[in-house]
Amino acid sequence: MSDETKTKGPLLDRSDSRVAHTTTFGGAVKAFFDRVRSGDLGSLPVVVGLLVIWTVFTSFNPIFLSSSNLVNMLFDSSTVGVISLGIVCVLMVGEIDLSVGSVSGFASAMLGVLWVNHGWPVWLAILAAVAVGAVFGAVYALLFNRLGMPSFVSTLSGLLAVLGMQLYALNHTGSINLPYGSWVVDFGQTMIMPKIVSYGLALLPGLIMLWAGYSSIKRRSAANLSAPSLTGLLFKAGLITVMIEAIVFYLNQSRGIPWMFGLFAGLVIAMNYAFTRTKWGRSMTAVGGNREAARRSGINVRMIYTSAFVLCSMFASFGGVLAAARLASSSEQAGTGDVNLNAIAAAVIGGTSLFGGRGSSYSALLGIIVIQSISNGLTLLDLSSALRYMITGGVLAVAVIVDSLARKSRVSHGRA
Amino acid sequence: MSVDSHPSPTGEIVLSLRGISKNFGAVSALTDIDLDVHAGEVVALVGDNGAGKSTLVKILSGVHQASSGSITFQGKPVTLPDPKSALSLGIATVFQDLALCENLDVVANIFLGKELNPMRLDEVSMEVRAWTLLSELSARIPNVREAVASLSGGQRQTVAIARSLLLDPKLILLDEPTAALGVAQTAEVLDLIERVRDRGLGVVMISHNMEDVRAVADRIVVLRLGRNNGIFYPDASNAELVSAITGASNNSVSRRAGRRSTQSQAGTSL
Ligand SMILES: Nc1ncnc2c1ncn2[C@@H]1O[C@H](COP(=O)(O)OP(=O)(O)OP(=O)(O)O)[C@@H](O)[C@H]1O
Ligand SMILES: [Mg+2]
Repeated sequence: MSDETKTKGPLLDRSDSRVAHTTTFGGAVKAFFDRVRSGDLGSLPVVVGLLVIWTVFTSFNPIFLSSSNLVNMLFDSSTVGVISLGIVCVLMVGEIDLSVGSVSGFASAMLGVLWVNHGWPVWLAILAAVAVGAVFGAVYALLFNRLGMPSFVSTLSGLLAVLGMQLYALNHTGSINLPYGSWVVDFGQTMIMPKIVSYGLALLPGLIMLWAGYSSIKRRSAANLSAPSLTGLLFKAGLITVMIEAIVFYLNQSRGIPWMFGLFAGLVIAMNYAFTRTKWGRSMTAVGGNREAARRSGINVRMIYTSAFVLCSMFASFGGVLAAARLASSSEQAGTGDVNLNAIAAAVIGGTSLFGGRGSSYSALLGIIVIQSISNGLTLLDLSSALRYMITGGVLAVAVIVDSLARKSRVSHGRA
Repeated sequence: MSVDSHPSPTGEIVLSLRGISKNFGAVSALTDIDLDVHAGEVVALVGDNGAGKSTLVKILSGVHQASSGSITFQGKPVTLPDPKSALSLGIATVFQDLALCENLDVVANIFLGKELNPMRLDEVSMEVRAWTLLSELSARIPNVREAVASLSGGQRQTVAIARSLLLDPKLILLDEPTAALGVAQTAEVLDLIERVRDRGLGVVMISHNMEDVRAVADRIVVLRLGRNNGIFYPDASNAELVSAITGASNNSVSRRAGRRSTQSQAGTSL
């Protein structure tokens, strides 16, 4: 075992002869299949599901995959997608927030009342709505941390209470129309990236990937650790860039990429960084995986729960503001109906586990596209909302079943 | 001078417990426990199942709070309301149930709560440090980027031990650290305990393996049914230890042992 090499010796992480290290492309493919078989599905089910859904709907109605319909879908995805990003936060620590729909509805009511009725500057109204959302989250956290109230109960009562507040706020006026021509409504309905900007932004993920990957390779080999190959990195970054640019090109055939979707994607990327590259994200994952172990490691578990609930409610409020902009109104219906279910379903469908400790902000993005595809496709088919509800409910059930089965399989294959 | 063949340890007292009691509802897990740990000393804590050893360790690591009694750490009275305060005092613990996050990889577990560079995790330095710690323990861990869920019991134990060494603690509490380890790894952990002691740290080790205990302990503290039941030295006979642990008989051996231990504790001779 001990080979007395004059140089640096074996790589630190390659000294164990029992591990098969995949260096070839074929090996990487095989490792991928092994991972999937053991229940480490990642985003595979969503991608497969999405392909199936798109194939079915396009065969019924070719308009479904048309550029302009997809652009519409991006507008619609962004509002609930932002809410779903908050759901990822609470699911990460193994809790749930059932009140995001009501919280988003109340935020949209606040926007209308404060901005239109009371003449506040619009940015202040938005800020106030999001701040009030933070207060709701803080209340849930307090009930959870201090009184041990299960989050599904506290947020279920929050669902009703906040809905009541929304109805009360709009009591005298009914729905409030937001002024057309204001930048808020433009942002929600018409603001599209200039083509050149959209192509430029589409380069970013690949470039960031290259830069981060390259500096990691350099640092790892300097530290005598195995490093992934540069060719593989170039290949991956190139593939991603080509794919995104192709999508952007297709969407640019009609209206183009909505700024609102750009904002949503930016939030997704920022949250992904926070989850994977910061101490806070690591603590969130740890608390979701094993709360007691996290506590014994000196993590302030209550703070972590509080941050999860507060962030969730803030994203819900912000999503509500975006929804109001999208509809150009603050109504009593905002945030009711399927908003709640869609936001939660999107996170779960995208691959964030209901059992805590596993998830990614990208699941909000992928999941909401699935949900939006279904609802949009069913609308194109002229199906009633009764059927839409049933089908969306069924899809959520399937997603949760996949989650549970994958978890079982991970346990038996020794992957948490 | 004392004719006692066991000179009292030279190092200053790191940890001193007086009258520690702990009740879980109607169960008194610990009653009136006294314990001293010096710098550069290995204290073995032995006792039967349910004697209260783990409970004592959990009190010292801030997991549980004592119902009564006082804790002095490095000469200052302290309270340990949560694990964070124990960690920041320099008390590191390997728990019997290990307390690892199965969904995180080995590096993340070792550095949990003390990650390098909180706003932009320094994964490379953490991984290098993890490999260094693990190789000091002759760990047989194939891949530190694998989730802990995929490790064997002994590998997990090694990870837990590596984690306790990360932040140069002043006192290390090891709750059955060798219970799941192989021959080589056990020897490595015992070596490590000696190295840590020689660096002047206090070590409290819980073990049911008398051979291991004798091999490294400077003193052996026996708990029985949640009470102090004598202090022994590695040269005590098996019979003495066993009867103190089991309380099988109130025989002359155990009486003698008890007498001897109280004398040496008081530092006087007959
Ligand atoms: N969280 C708890 N709640 C209630 N009782 C407890 C708790 N933890 C420990 N006990 C009780 O305290 C007593 C001592 O338990 P402890 O775990 O300290 O024993 P131990 O000496 O570590 O035993 P072992 O050698 O089996 O590890 C036992 O009777 C146990 O039932
Ligand atoms: Mg124990």
